[in-house]
Amino acid sequence: MQKTISKRDAIAIFIIAVLAIVVVPCLNAYVPESSAFHISNFSINLWGRYFCYAVVAISVDLLWGYTGLLSLGQCLYFSLGGYMMGMYLMRMIGSLGQYHMPIPDFLVFLGWTRLPVFWKPFSSFPFALMMAVLLPGVLAFVFGFLAFRSRIRGVYFSILTQALTYAATLLFFRNNILMGGNNGFTDFKYMLGYDTRLPSTQRGLYVISGIFLVVVYLGCKWLTTTKLGKVQRAIRDSENRVLFSGYAAANFKLFIFVLASVIAGLAGVLYVPQVGIINPGEMSTQNSLEAIVWVAVGGRGTLVGPIVGAIFVNAFKSWATEAYPDYWPILLGGMFLLVVLFLPRGLVGLTEHCVALVKRARRKTAAPIEAGTKDTPPTAANQIAIK
Amino acid sequence: MSAMRADHILAAEGVNKTFDGFKAISDLNFYMDEGELRTVIGPNGAGKTTFLDLITGRTKPDTGTIRFGAEGLDVTRKNEYEIYRLGIGRKFQTPTVYTDHTVFENLLLSLEGSRGVFATLFSRVTPAQRDRIREILQIIGLSAKEDVKAGSLAHGQKQWLEIGMLLAQNARLLLVDEPAAGMTDEETAKTGELLLSLAGQHSIIVIEHDMVFVRQIATKVTVLHQGHVLCEGTVDQVQSDERVIEVYLGRSKKH
Repeated sequence: MQKTISKRDAIAIFIIAVLAIVVVPCLNAYVPESSAFHISNFSINLWGRYFCYAVVAISVDLLWGYTGLLSLGQCLYFSLGGYMMGMYLMRMIGSLGQYHMPIPDFLVFLGWTRLPVFWKPFSSFPFALMMAVLLPGVLAFVFGFLAFRSRIRGVYFSILTQALTYAATLLFFRNNILMGGNNGFTDFKYMLGYDTRLPSTQRGLYVISGIFLVVVYLGCKWLTTTKLGKVQRAIRDSENRVLFSGYAAANFKLFIFVLASVIAGLAGVLYVPQVGIINPGEMSTQNSLEAIVWVAVGGRGTLVGPIVGAIFVNAFKSWATEAYPDYWPILLGGMFLLVVLFLPRGLVGLTEHCVALVKRARRKTAAPIEAGTKDTPPTAANQIAIK
Repeated sequence: MSAMRADHILAAEGVNKTFDGFKAISDLNFYMDEGELRTVIGPNGAGKTTFLDLITGRTKPDTGTIRFGAEGLDVTRKNEYEIYRLGIGRKFQTPTVYTDHTVFENLLLSLEGSRGVFATLFSRVTPAQRDRIREILQIIGLSAKEDVKAGSLAHGQKQWLEIGMLLAQNARLLLVDEPAAGMTDEETAKTGELLLSLAGQHSIIVIEHDMVFVRQIATKVTVLHQGHVLCEGTVDQVQSDERVIEVYLGRSKKH
């Protein structure tokens, strides 16, 4: 069996991980703001979110790039995880809300005086975390079970995932499901006793997000080298052959679909305390489509690609929405078109292509010298010598 | 028509299949002995590929049974991967291999062994498996291509790889759909030798158009026409059969 990671890659990953998870937070915490090496709280918070996006992108690629399942609803699972975390954070506000009541403000606003039953266990962090795994996982299992058993494939599968996401968004917009309606949850105060508004807490969340990204990356890297990973790609390339090779393809797809959803859900858990808000807008199909663009831009079918794509597109978005706010959707669409037309393997593919070009160019500059000695036209002196 | 005997590996009886009013298979009865190499020929639309689809569970018949092995299990009640696990392997008409995997991995995925989701998560390649794969690579003549991606193989090599994948699965019954399609004469001859060498240990059904190839491999030929068996016999018998000439050349007795 091939090695999970080559030595060179392992060193590179280690260096990047140490830089991101150890050095950067230290530069934020211990270097004075006047120094050129200081990293602002804003940047820490921004990159913490990028890490969460990168995890979502990996989960999208696990489905799309590795299994051939284009899910247009990955943000649904991300948001569900986020909502579960949001419920915990809402409970932790306690009586510090606008109405100074022991229940979340929006419930007071809706006329509730007591906490609805299903809200009660969410004062426990382990429970909320468990729900953040279970809810996306179970939903993905039920949806996936029905879809894969009925052999729904290709574009039909994509449309269904999008329809489900849209339905869920509409559901969460409603006030009567007691999940905050279109305002969602916000004004978080505490998490496990730490004040979420403090830079130190945000730094902690940044570090945890970074570690989670590394763990997800390495875990998926390992997964793709197992026989299951091989079956996964085989399904992408020739599902019929897989079926006629004795594999219940539907079970494999279901496993990957549930796994990807749980990963996305956990990313949502880390994301919500960092942005300080979760509302149905996060679930919208547009967000799921953006996640597809991250993967396409970075390079699908690789695990580095989604990370690069998520960070690159979001950094670009941060800049563009400030510089040209009206043109962002056009820029995003344009970028997607460019990638589809000219960079089918994304930025990662482009890099590999450039490396190959440089190598070829080097070989060419080296080659003529050898070729020159071989192919020199016979000179007069030579011809005479031959004669 | 003989009834199913214990030494039949495959017995299809009274099989009918209609697609949107088109009778693809019509009252088909087909029997095959264990270890036999059988060639199925027939004009376009005779129902050859549909017949394989029915055996492998890709489509279900409207009526009839297809019994497999001495146990006489009816495969029409099972799905693709269950039928595979009984020991029926199929090679598709167009070579169907995992293009992004190496030749070695293609065979590994087809090799007998773990098939469940969690079993495959923790399965490792054993030395015995490795030896078996090398052995198959020798048989199909792709030893030098072990680490090459299957997508970059030549057309003929892909066909052989797919046959190798059936060997890896150790199928009792191999269903081979037009193995010589798109091959050079030399490749075709090699494929014929390969199939002949496999007969006996495996039972093989070959669907083919190329009569030179059929002549090379065929012991017994079944001619399908409009979804049922027109006649069976040796190549010579079949080729001199009035009805066969008629359906192939479109001659009619009435004229």
